[in-house]
Amino acid sequence: MIALFRRDLQLAMRAGGGFGLALAFFLIVVTLVPFALGPDRETLAAVAAGVLWLGALLACLLSLDRIFALDFEDGALELLATAPIPLEGVAAVKALAHWLTTGLPLTLAAPVLGVLLSLPAGAYGWLTLSLAIGTPALSVIGTFGAGLTVGIKRGGLLMSLIVLPLYVPTLIFGADIVRRATDGLDPTAPLILLAVITLASAALLPFASAAAIRINLR
Amino acid sequence: MTLNVQDLKVGRAGIALLDGVSFDVCAGDVLVLRGPNGIGKTSLLRSLAGLQPVLGGRVDVAPDSMAYGAHADGVKGTLTVVENLTFWARVHGHPVRADVFDAFDLAHLKDRTAAQLSAGQQRRLGLARLAVTGRLGLLLDEPTVSLDAASVALFAAFIQRHLATGGFAVIATHIDLELKAEVLDLTPYKAQAAAADPAGFDEAFL
Repeated sequence: MIALFRRDLQLAMRAGGGFGLALAFFLIVVTLVPFALGPDRETLAAVAAGVLWLGALLACLLSLDRIFALDFEDGALELLATAPIPLEGVAAVKALAHWLTTGLPLTLAAPVLGVLLSLPAGAYGWLTLSLAIGTPALSVIGTFGAGLTVGIKRGGLLMSLIVLPLYVPTLIFGADIVRRATDGLDPTAPLILLAVITLASAALLPFASAAAIRINLR
Repeated sequence: MTLNVQDLKVGRAGIALLDGVSFDVCAGDVLVLRGPNGIGKTSLLRSLAGLQPVLGGRVDVAPDSMAYGAHADGVKGTLTVVENLTFWARVHGHPVRADVFDAFDLAHLKDRTAAQLSAGQQRRLGLARLAVTGRLGLLLDEPTVSLDAASVALFAAFIQRHLATGGFAVIATHIDLELKAEVLDLTPYKAQAAAADPAGFDEAFL
């Protein structure tokens, strides 16, 4: 499984691997917001929390269909299914690799982009923390969506339709943490709920992903 | 180390293709599957590999003892030949033996990325993957596609060595590999055009 993890990171870093694509998308979306809403600091500060979370979520979505589709097309997924590693482990490892190549860079870039949106000073720490806790859930849920739609030609759009509704709870609590911090309230409650979502999906969804892949490989 | 198949019924998408297939493959044996296109050679191999459920009958073989080689090689274009093979070897928990590169004439291509290889060279890489899995049973679906005559000979020699070390192979192929092999023609086992499996639309979930 370590071999698979290292290979997935290696593939992401190589040409055409998509590393940095999500980050660039995030950067552009957040940069476009002041153009759309005007440069008023108050307006931007009010929407900053939501925009940053929504931008991170969409950037995450962008690279999901690579998780299994490439391995399916070149036959590697079938060979992994017959290899002595469990498919549940394959799904978990691929989610982890996806988080390291998208979720983590997004988390680290978000505070910098917060400056563009005049995010209030007290909210930067909470923004980083909420993304660090929330983006793993995005990767794990996305891996499940990718597993469901693997084998469907150009299934990217269908996958987005399946995955986006599943992202709703993560988005609500994630953005709420930052919004509460912006308003000077205590963000502990949504933080705990967000952690619950991440832990629960990381514990359960790899099994669902593996089951979906098994069915799709038949 | 044997593969024992009894009264096997396999299908594709719920429609039975082959019925009553029985054979034994012992260590050192090669079974060549023959039959016209669409008879179910690939479905049979996929069933043996455990990639799809059988509709009936039994497959007796030690778990995790067979390697499956399909039309698609599972080769990553952006990784080099060495990286591709090292990955599959490590997934199966083995080191890559140096002689694998010579066995498939890949030694001079080691540091090229797989995307730069020709179709035949990629195929050799895909076949070399079978060698690094360390599995004794080989389930091969048209392994010689896009190979030239010299490469087919290399492949036949590899199978010969594999058999000598206690391996066995089930190969679906149309060309003669010049191996001492039993040939199983699947035509007589063609399933009657019976209705789809009664499990119906829930088939995917059972």
